[in-house]
Amino acid sequence: MTDASPQTNATASQGPQRRSMVKSVLKSPLGALSVLLILAVVLTALFAPLIAANDPAAIQIFRVNAAPGDGYLLGGDGSGRDIFSRLVYGARNTLLGTLIAVGVAAIVGVSAGLAAGYHGRKLEVGASWLFDALMALPAMIVLLAFYQALGASIHLSMVVFGVMLSPGFFRLTRTLVKGVKNELYVDAARVSGLSNLRIISRHILRVVRAPVVIQTSIVAGIALVIQAGLEFLGLGDPGTPTWGGVLQSAFENMYVSPQAVIWPGLAISITVASFVLLANSIRDQLQHGGPPARLPKLPERRSVFDRQAEADVLLSLRGVKIGYPGTSGWREVVHGVDLDVRRGEVLGLVGESGSGKSQTAFAVLGLLGTGGHVLDGSILFDGEELLGKSDEEMHGLRGKRIAYVPQEPMSNLDPSFRIGSQLVEPLMTAQGMSRREARAHALDMLGRVGLPDPKRTFNAYPHEISGGMAQRVLIAGAVATYPDLLIADEPTTALDVTVQAEILELLRELQAEFGMTIVMVTHNFGVVADICDSVAVMRQGEIVEQNKVTDLFANPTHDYTKNLLAAVLDDVEVRRYSPPKFAPQEAAQ
Amino acid sequence: MSHDSLVEVRDLCVSFATHQVIKNVCLDIRPGETVGLVGESGSGKTTIGRSILGIGPANSGRILFEGGDIANVAPRDRVGDAARIQAVFQDPYTSLNPSMTIEDILTEPMVARHIATRDEARLKVRELLDQVSLPADAAHRYPREFSGGQRQRVAIARALALSPRLIVCDEPVSALDLTTQATVMDLFIEIQERTGVAYLFVSHDLAVVRHISHRVAVMRGGEIVEFGDCDQVTARPEHPYTRRLLLAAPVADPIRQAKRRQDFLTLDARS
Repeated sequence: MTDASPQTNATASQGPQRRSMVKSVLKSPLGALSVLLILAVVLTALFAPLIAANDPAAIQIFRVNAAPGDGYLLGGDGSGRDIFSRLVYGARNTLLGTLIAVGVAAIVGVSAGLAAGYHGRKLEVGASWLFDALMALPAMIVLLAFYQALGASIHLSMVVFGVMLSPGFFRLTRTLVKGVKNELYVDAARVSGLSNLRIISRHILRVVRAPVVIQTSIVAGIALVIQAGLEFLGLGDPGTPTWGGVLQSAFENMYVSPQAVIWPGLAISITVASFVLLANSIRDQLQHGGPPARLPKLPERRSVFDRQAEADVLLSLRGVKIGYPGTSGWREVVHGVDLDVRRGEVLGLVGESGSGKSQTAFAVLGLLGTGGHVLDGSILFDGEELLGKSDEEMHGLRGKRIAYVPQEPMSNLDPSFRIGSQLVEPLMTAQGMSRREARAHALDMLGRVGLPDPKRTFNAYPHEISGGMAQRVLIAGAVATYPDLLIADEPTTALDVTVQAEILELLRELQAEFGMTIVMVTHNFGVVADICDSVAVMRQGEIVEQNKVTDLFANPTHDYTKNLLAAVLDDVEVRRYSPPKFAPQEAAQ
Repeated sequence: MSHDSLVEVRDLCVSFATHQVIKNVCLDIRPGETVGLVGESGSGKTTIGRSILGIGPANSGRILFEGGDIANVAPRDRVGDAARIQAVFQDPYTSLNPSMTIEDILTEPMVARHIATRDEARLKVRELLDQVSLPADAAHRYPREFSGGQRQRVAIARALALSPRLIVCDEPVSALDLTTQATVMDLFIEIQERTGVAYLFVSHDLAVVRHISHRVAVMRGGEIVEFGDCDQVTARPEHPYTRRLLLAAPVADPIRQAKRRQDFLTLDARS
């Protein structure tokens, strides 16, 4: 029921996700560069015979450790072979080895991860043990042992290494699947009668796809390095040219021709870097939808208000416009709101999702979402202009004179701290109380908000109390500084209806006792009728009607208000049952 | 219980680990009827729906559908009309796979149940979209291009694809705005009157349940505390808990709400 965040709205009209994903990776400079480099290496490997000038195995004895030039583009190695041609053919063998390792790792890891994540229970426990054990094995030693047993095939070693790399894929996939398998659309697919295999392939694999591509890219880099390392140690087949082999041969002749080390070194490091950068680039696109857009310039606040509100008006908004950075300049979500809240009254700010009611409330608190700005207008609080105040000044106000009660009580309590400390800390910093005073006051307040055993709640962790109690705790925290203004954003929406009635009763009592002014953001006309003195109806960033509660319900003037009230389901006629006169199947045909 | 019921739940018990969440629940739904299942969070109302759908367990008791026991039978193992029991879930944002087009979403049940080839199913999509008043060009778009209310219409169309005799609706309008909620409820009623489908309508909102139901069951702590005709349960409840639930829901009328609030406080003070 909360207003959809502006970010999700902005991306709502994009085309198919996957195509735009590939496109945006290619558009980012890093992504394009890494794709280009990887493509170059792949093409070199594919067309090695066309590119290489010489047979990589051909030995010209008078060119041992020759300097570059004269048919040997990068010079000759210790046996008089063409380094350039060996690197070109080496790309083939090196990529093949990498492909084998990555392929094995991905196939083993992803399929085991899918099965374990989807079925859970014993299968998951068993598979997790197995893959954890694999992770604990030192890869290099295992590879050396297999080399002893199986002989000098780098490809076989890469199969073994692939298995050693599979836990990364397994853990990633299992976590992703566990996150998605309880989504309602998976339930809907099960209800539709899809088999597990089809659910996995149609619904779950799609979610796993992008992260697995990232993991593949990173693992490719690792596999390439390890493979080159093995060959460098001389564990490869000495007959086939590989990058690691070329590096080893250059290393042996380091003192004769030092520059020969550079070329295989460059080939390996550039390729590995490309894989890792590609992974980074895809991840960036996934997480942020591309590099952060540059903030559009803040427009000048055109209307400068030099005004005073009436004495009995505590909060006064004039021409308040709120915007979020969009693709082309500021996207305005609240278009010039005028609102007066009198001292001691409860004002309901009511509207549907996207109406801007929460944005308006957050603007008063100075707590707009990421990038959000008040573009224009004036907000007077007790005669003081809030717009243009520094964060620090606003922070001081929020702690003392303006309080806030959120919609989701549980997510506003830190699960790792006791409730008591979460109440005491703000009192000490904002009110300058000593720890002892703050503690006594917090306990007082917990008792005041109707918690049956304040001491016990004080010492409890958030997970030990119910949602209704959590909301009482937050209300206790909010009113502990005896604020002038309390802003409550859908404070009862997440609660059960009987708890809602109790919380509303509590707010009413506190309001009467402390003479607080309350701005109540809500979508529920029942809540408005229950607690509010006056009400402002918002639609699409504008206030369409503002009136005393009794007058608004008796004589709504704006069509939109009339529509909203007509949609309220109180006092509807109940339906009478009569069995269908036809077989339902026929009717549906 | 009457022999003409479509669904009969008898002495259903469900436990998760050692915690019993459903205790000996009995419930019946007649063809073409809406039974509202109302209760607060944790009362077990969703669990009953999931047991009937076959995606949740039933530890003991029976769930009879047209006389056959379907308790603990997974949806894909069900046959006949039982295989066509469908669901509309609460959150229209997570009940549709974001990476599938509306056409893919709507054809999936038909293809999975082998009642249509992919091409035949595609032809039926237009008709389904029409039934829920969505434009035909919606077929090739993605869920994120639609508002919450429109997505819920897609979810309803998916449920209708198999011409079901029963749809389990789990809080299907709770995530929607007030005006959208009203139009989606009207759609549910219109479809029921046209096709004779029965609904198990799970909700926490007594007003919503009253609007659509013929009979209403009230749940608390895994038990049904009151089950009867809609008007009686929602206007003249007998059980104290139902009365509390009714009085707790604020009415959109300041004068009547003031009285209702007093009644609620009096009831609370007495208990």
